[in-house]
Amino acid sequence: MKAIFKRELNAYFDSPLGYVFVAVYYLFAGYFFFRYNLYAGSADMRDVFSMLFTVTVFLIPILTMRLMSEDRKTKTDQLLLMAPVTAAAIVLGKFFAAAVVYLTAMAITLVSGCVLSLYAAPEWAVILGHFIGLFLVGCTLIAVGMLISAFTENQIIAAVGGFCVGFFLILLDALGSLVSNSALAALLTDMSFETRYSHFTLGTFDLSDLVFFLSMTALFLYFTILAFEKRRLD
Amino acid sequence: MIEIRDLHKSYGAKQALRGVSFAVEKGEVVGLLGLNGAGKSTTMNILTGCLCATSGTVLIDGVDIAKDPLAAKRRIGYLPEVPPLYVDMQVSAYLQFVWELKGLRGGAAERRKQLAAVAEKTGTAAVQKRLIRNLSKGYRQRVGLAAALLGDPEILILDEPTVGLDPTQIIEIRDLIAHLGEQHTVILSSHILSEVAAVCGRVVVIDKGVVVADGAPAALEASLQDNSSRVAVIAGTPQQVKAALEGLPELVSVTPLRQTEPGVWEYALQGAAGSDLRRPLFAALAAAQLPLLGARGAQVSLEDVFLQLVAPEQGRGAPPEKNTATGGEAQ
Repeated sequence: MKAIFKRELNAYFDSPLGYVFVAVYYLFAGYFFFRYNLYAGSADMRDVFSMLFTVTVFLIPILTMRLMSEDRKTKTDQLLLMAPVTAAAIVLGKFFAAAVVYLTAMAITLVSGCVLSLYAAPEWAVILGHFIGLFLVGCTLIAVGMLISAFTENQIIAAVGGFCVGFFLILLDALGSLVSNSALAALLTDMSFETRYSHFTLGTFDLSDLVFFLSMTALFLYFTILAFEKRRLD
Repeated sequence: MIEIRDLHKSYGAKQALRGVSFAVEKGEVVGLLGLNGAGKSTTMNILTGCLCATSGTVLIDGVDIAKDPLAAKRRIGYLPEVPPLYVDMQVSAYLQFVWELKGLRGGAAERRKQLAAVAEKTGTAAVQKRLIRNLSKGYRQRVGLAAALLGDPEILILDEPTVGLDPTQIIEIRDLIAHLGEQHTVILSSHILSEVAAVCGRVVVIDKGVVVADGAPAALEASLQDNSSRVAVIAGTPQQVKAALEGLPELVSVTPLRQTEPGVWEYALQGAAGSDLRRPLFAALAAAQLPLLGARGAQVSLEDVFLQLVAPEQGRGAPPEKNTATGGEAQ
């Protein structure tokens, strides 16, 4: 797993992809920080994070589009299949590499927080709550994107597919309000990433939200492992 | 060392393998021969654990690859048809990644030593710092081979290792494989017969998912060699020769091919299947006082063997002209 993690992390920065992802994230984070904190003269970072939530949904598929599909296209998956490693180790290695790149990008918000604390007293509980929440949402979206990427050889399809599925999961609560059956509506709302994420934004820490995101991530990673293993069968 | 038992593989409705079985002993160099789509790559992918068989077993050194894939894979170095290279990496970085991926033990010093040894063996030492994307096909093949050799696996499986290379590269890779065959058990696939004949001590011919022949290249040739057809150079006109040979019960046909010198003709003689023409031919010509200046067998080459094996409906009792032609080239 370590070997794959290292290779994938290097691959992000051997190609422009990793730099572009981090740079675009910094651009948005910087702009929102300027707009909602510096320009508005506020120490409240909630708006920054809520905007970054949308940015994350758009950007994560770019991070994950090549993770599985490229190996399939260039036939390098054969190297992984013939190596004495399990499919789980392969998928997890790739997942952690993407998660680290994402964390690198997200870390800019902590820098913004530090800058704020030079001039005011920001609520660190809220900032950290947002930060952890956004990281968990990102990890789940990475797992979703990886699964889509495992289904195709085409990176564009992987990106668009990852974006659509991610967006669908985020907007489940909007769907919930359209459903008349109350039990189903409640289920959809509870499954919505947006609803779950909003709990973090209040600066409260609910174990069920943590479990929700971790188990969703694990579920999609498990599906990805199955999709990768399936290649041995056909 | 390697034991394959009754391997079946279906891709949907298409049956790629229909009961392939053979065993490879330690130290053997075995050539897997077959036309494109015969099932060579499928067999190799199953052998190396890249693909699951529909049914059947593969034992690598007694370890079932389906039950304990990790242990079995550690014993194998595999070079697939398309070398699985990360083209954005430098050769040295790629080989180091493969080293780590294979979970090879040993400190940095040991790793450097092994990487250097493999680079030397495969002739990739000069390109270590180059990006794989900028390498020629021959060098990519070598890098793939270097990756397969890392960790010094006992078994090497090479899928069409010389395909797409230029003639000098083919000879170099072939020499390298012959050299590797001294220390490793090697299975290589090819549809090029000369390659298999040059490198392998044993040939397994696969056609339409079944093993149709298994043996040493020379033995395979011998099994199809027959003495029923000859090309003879006789000092006598076609009429004289026909008259002299008319009474021979073994002879089916006499065809004059060409006049080689004044009064001397070359004839294609076809005998009954399974007969030996040589002695009766000599005796009959001697009796008619027509000097037999030369005779050669219509020798079968490995190529003929192969064509007969993979196309039995047309191949059996191949037309004499074909055998004659090949025999002419062979001598």
